Formats: sequence, structure tokens, C-alpha cells
Amino acid sequence: MRHFLRLKRDYYAGALMVLLGLIAANDGTHYPIGTLRQMGPGYFPIALGVLLIVIGILIAGTAAGAAASEEDVVAIRPEWRGWACIIAGPTLFIAIGRYAGMLPATFACVFVSALGDRQNTLKSATILAAGVSIFGVLLFHYLLKLPMPMLSWGTWS
Amino acid sequence: MIETALTDLWYGFGVAFEPHNLMFCFLGVLVGNMVGVLPGLGPVATISILLPLTFGMKPVAAILMLAGVFYGSQYGGAICSILLNLPTHPPHAVTCLDGYPLTKQGKGGVALGITVIGSFIGASWGITEMIFLAPVLVNVAMKFGPAEVCSLMLLGLIAGSTLARGSPLKGVAMTVFGLLIGLVGADVETGTPRLTFGILDLYDGVEIVALALGLFGIAEFLKGINREIRFDDKYANVKFRDLRPSKAELKRAFPAMLRGTFIGSLCSLIPGTGPIIASFVSYATEKKISRTPEKFGTGMIEGVAAPEASTHSSVQGDFIPTMSLGIPGDAVMALILGALMIQGIVPGPQLISEHPDIFWGLIASFWIGNIILVALNVPLIGLWVKLLAVPYKYLYPSALFFICIGVYGANNDMFQVALTLGIGIFGYILLLLGFHPAPVLLGFVLGPRFEENFRRAMLISRGDIFVFVKHPISAVFVGLAALLILLQIVLWLRRMPGLRIRNRKSGIRNPALSDS
Repeated sequence: MRHFLRLKRDYYAGALMVLLGLIAANDGTHYPIGTLRQMGPGYFPIALGVLLIVIGILIAGTAAGAAASEEDVVAIRPEWRGWACIIAGPTLFIAIGRYAGMLPATFACVFVSALGDRQNTLKSATILAAGVSIFGVLLFHYLLKLPMPMLSWGTWS
Repeated sequence: MIETALTDLWYGFGVAFEPHNLMFCFLGVLVGNMVGVLPGLGPVATISILLPLTFGMKPVAAILMLAGVFYGSQYGGAICSILLNLPTHPPHAVTCLDGYPLTKQGKGGVALGITVIGSFIGASWGITEMIFLAPVLVNVAMKFGPAEVCSLMLLGLIAGSTLARGSPLKGVAMTVFGLLIGLVGADVETGTPRLTFGILDLYDGVEIVALALGLFGIAEFLKGINREIRFDDKYANVKFRDLRPSKAELKRAFPAMLRGTFIGSLCSLIPGTGPIIASFVSYATEKKISRTPEKFGTGMIEGVAAPEASTHSSVQGDFIPTMSLGIPGDAVMALILGALMIQGIVPGPQLISEHPDIFWGLIASFWIGNIILVALNVPLIGLWVKLLAVPYKYLYPSALFFICIGVYGANNDMFQVALTLGIGIFGYILLLLGFHPAPVLLGFVLGPRFEENFRRAMLISRGDIFVFVKHPISAVFVGLAALLILLQIVLWLRRMPGLRIRNRKSGIRNPALSDS
């Protein structure tokens, strides 16, 4: 297992929370804040954002005191092929689903994401994708009548 | 009081035995049982996938089915732990310790048989508790004003985030993050779009299924891909007649089941603890009171019976605060509550009187469902064992499709599918940084109601923030919440010198694949 990020994990964790808090609090300032008695829409985002910033600082701060152990370091074994395929699957479902319908979208989604696993071959991915496509169309198109065409050409929605 | 409860229960059985409801209850526990056995797909993801399918159904059938998935999956999880030593479903991780050694000695069937009996006893007690306790809680909660509701939610959120798995500070961070996601979209009172960053599609907010499937589906797959789980199924040959335990074994296991049930029911009353902690505590208790504690880990039947009974008693008990107060204790309960809200039902103390069919029907269906599960598990155990061999390489691509179509079906909106993917990628980053995603769902579901009640409380009290400690009931909740935070600070200070407590626990816990 390689350690890519040498800094303690909780520094990143805290920083991420501070960032999220800043985004929320900043967004809240765009709307009327109001008073405690008559709160405006901006009140809660700002309050929660500030709270998240404080917690983020606490997460990073408590990590500074504790002794570093193996599990406190971010350990990623990069899995580019798997990650790319898992992200590509739903992306293809969205893109193809919008223009060509449910059947090709399902096939593409299952086929591509199946290729993320090193044990899957082109053949096994094709069989799996075909099976899921048939089952999916039967269930969602015919039985549950989802308003998504099975096959179409160009935008339908 | 007992009489009215029994009459209501009788009515509930009437509801649950309607063929339509019975069918969906059966379907729910069957699907739950199945995904419980499958490593890599947890109840949260399964319920989220099924949730959009329930939109067209009647509320009673929908809730019965979704709840069935949850407790059904608990029966399946034990099979994984005992026969294959795979702790993929966290509440059953502790069952591996003595369950797998029993399997190696050729007594896997007995362990499973004991599990089924213990589960049923635990569940029955949890249900009984719900029948009598929930109406009492409701009577108290009916008198709550916005300030009390607010402090109760605060208590629930703090308990849910600090007592659950992982670092309490990170749990609170995730709760706040969930509350923020709950704010996305048009503000209820003024209609101002908040946290939408100019994206029109976000005006309606984030769908609960998009959030749940991003965090518990896609993020888990990104984590689990190409991480081969090795297991040995050479002992996993169990026949029907192996299941029957001997009299001596039953005699040893029975008191353990009762103790486990008791611990589980205590844990279920504290929001946020739930089945995982219940099973760990009851295992530790068994070990402590045993005359031969050194034998634990080598195949003690008590070490299987107690945690399983306590898991089930706490799983059923988890429904008490959810259904009677509208405060969910964990991610699954948050989803069930979300399902109710989608059906247009306002959760809270008025639920039992306004929708008695849902409440009492659900309770009755628990019993029916548990009996179905016992009946299913005993003859079908061989089939479930075969199911264990379904490889991950086929499971996750199919699940990804179901996630896509499920989220799309929730609102016929492709944007939410894209959102799910984004949440999933972000959720994986959160997992890498040691955050547990369950409190996000809690915050998300409670967030809008929390804000609404908070605003109302402020309006009534003319902006007096101390209203929460001036009302006695509310003050108790705030005090308890403060106590919880104090407890965490004390624990943290004690942990400072060495990291003793955490290390001891991590030995048992396998963060392999699953969710809570």
C-alpha cells in the first residue's frame, strides 16, 4: 500500500469541512439574514456554515495533538480503471438515455461499468449487459411504465 | 391501556393480512434476506433503489415493504458471518468471532439454527416494546411545542452523530453537512432559492434517493472495486437437519439470547446507537459474565446467540423513536421517514392517531415478516449459501444500473442521476478521509423540519434564544445533549495519552465493503 498523501488524514478532513462551511456561509450572505426573532433565508446557511468551519478547525486541531499512526494517513491504492469505469457507466446512462432511450443506455451503463473489474472480459461484460438490459426494459418499461422511451432518436425530454 | 393496545394490534393484523399488504411484506423480507446475504450491497442502498418504485403504491404497503427489507437483511447478514467469516454487514461482524469457529468444527448449521431462534426472540421483544412504549411516548410528545420539538431533534442529531461509528467530531461534521444539503432548494417560507449556485435544477432540492445512493451506492462501489474479498466456502455446506441444536446447546444459548435481547432493547432507546453497538456490547457482556471467558473466540454458542438476539431486538426497537416521535436513529430509519414524507405523511407524534393503519399495520407486519423469515431461512439456507457465490463483478454493474434508473424514476429527472454521481464521488472522498456517511442522511431528513421549528420557536419567543432552557421539557433535552457532548470531551481527554480504546476495537471491525 503506497501512501500518496503524506500529511495526516485529518488535516485534509478538517480543511475540507472548513471549505464546505465557507461555501455555505458565503452563499447565505446573498440573502436577507433577518434577526433572530424574524429569521431570513440566509440565517441558517450562515449559522451552519460557521459551525462547520469551527468543527473543521477542531478536526484538524485534535489531529495535531494525537500521535500519528498508520491508519491516520490517507492510504489510496489508485484504481484508475475501476474508478473511470464506474464513473463512466452512469455518465453514459445519462447521455445516451437522453438521446437514444432506455435500452441502449442500460446496455452501455452496465457494459462499461462491468469493464472496471479486472476479472470481467469483453464477453462476460456483454452477456451481463445484455441480460440486465432485457430484465431492465421488461421491468421498468413494460411493467412499471417509466416515461422513458425504450428506443428513440434525438432528444425526447 | 393494555386492552386498547391489544385492540389496536388486532386492527393492525387486519391491515397487515390484507392480501396486497401481505404480498409486499413478503416481497420486502425476501429481497432483504437476499441482499443481506450478498456481500457488497447493504440495506441502505437496497431501500433507496426500491424507494422510487413505491411512489405509486399505497403508503401502508410501501412502508411495510421497505421496513421488511431492513429487518430481512439482518437475517441474511448472519449467514455471511457464520459460514464465511465475512463481516460485510456491520451488526453481524461480531458474530464471526464465534460463529466461524463453530462452522469449522462442523457446527455451522447449529450456529445458524441458534441465530434464527435468537433473532426471533429478540425481534419479538422489540416489537412488544414498540406496542406498549410508542403510545406512551406519543402521549408525552403531543404536548410539545416548537421549542421542545427543536431540542428533541437536536438531541437526536447529536446522539446520532456522536454515538455512531467513527470519530464523534467527524460525525457531527457529517450531520451539519447533511443539514446543509437539506437546505438546498427553495426556502419554505420565502421561496428564495438557497445553496443552488444558480443551477435551476437544484431549486426543488436534492432527492433523498440521490443522496442515499450516492453515498451508500456509488461511493461504496468506488471503494470496493477490484478489492478482492477472499473467502473460503468449503465449510459452507449446511443441510436442513443440521440446523436443529441439541437440548444442551439450547440450554446454554437461551439465557444468552435473553440477555442479548435486553441489551438490544436498551440500545434501541438511545438514538444513534442501534444494532451495531448493541451487538458489540452484548458480546462483551457474555464474555465478561462467562465462567470460561478464555474460550470465547473458539466457538462458544453464547457468542453467537447473544449478539444476534440483541441486533434484532434493537433493529425492531429502532422503529420506536422513528414512528412515534419522527426522530430517526440511523440512516435506514432516515430513509423510512423519507419514504413516509414522500407519501405525504408528516412524521411525528400525530402519526399514530392520523394514520393508525400505517403504525399498527407495520407492527403486525413485523411479526408476520419475522415468521416468514424464520420459515424462509430454515429451508432456503442452501440456496442463500449458493447466493453468496455471486461475484462482485456481476453485482456492482447491475446495481449501478438500478441506481441510475431508480434515481431517474424518483422524479423522471436525469439531473438527479448526475447529482447522484457527483455525490458518490464526493462521498468516496469523505470515506477516504475517515467520515462515515450515515449522519448525513439523518441531518438531511431532519434539517428542513428542524429549521422550520426553530424559526417558529424564535418567532413565538420573540427572538429569545434561551426559550430552549426556559421550558422544562425542552431544558431536559438540551441538558441531555450537552451531557453527550461533555461525555465525548471527557472520553477524548482520557484517550489522549495512548490510543488504547480505539485500537482494541479496530481488531474486530472489518471495514470491508458495507454500510451500516
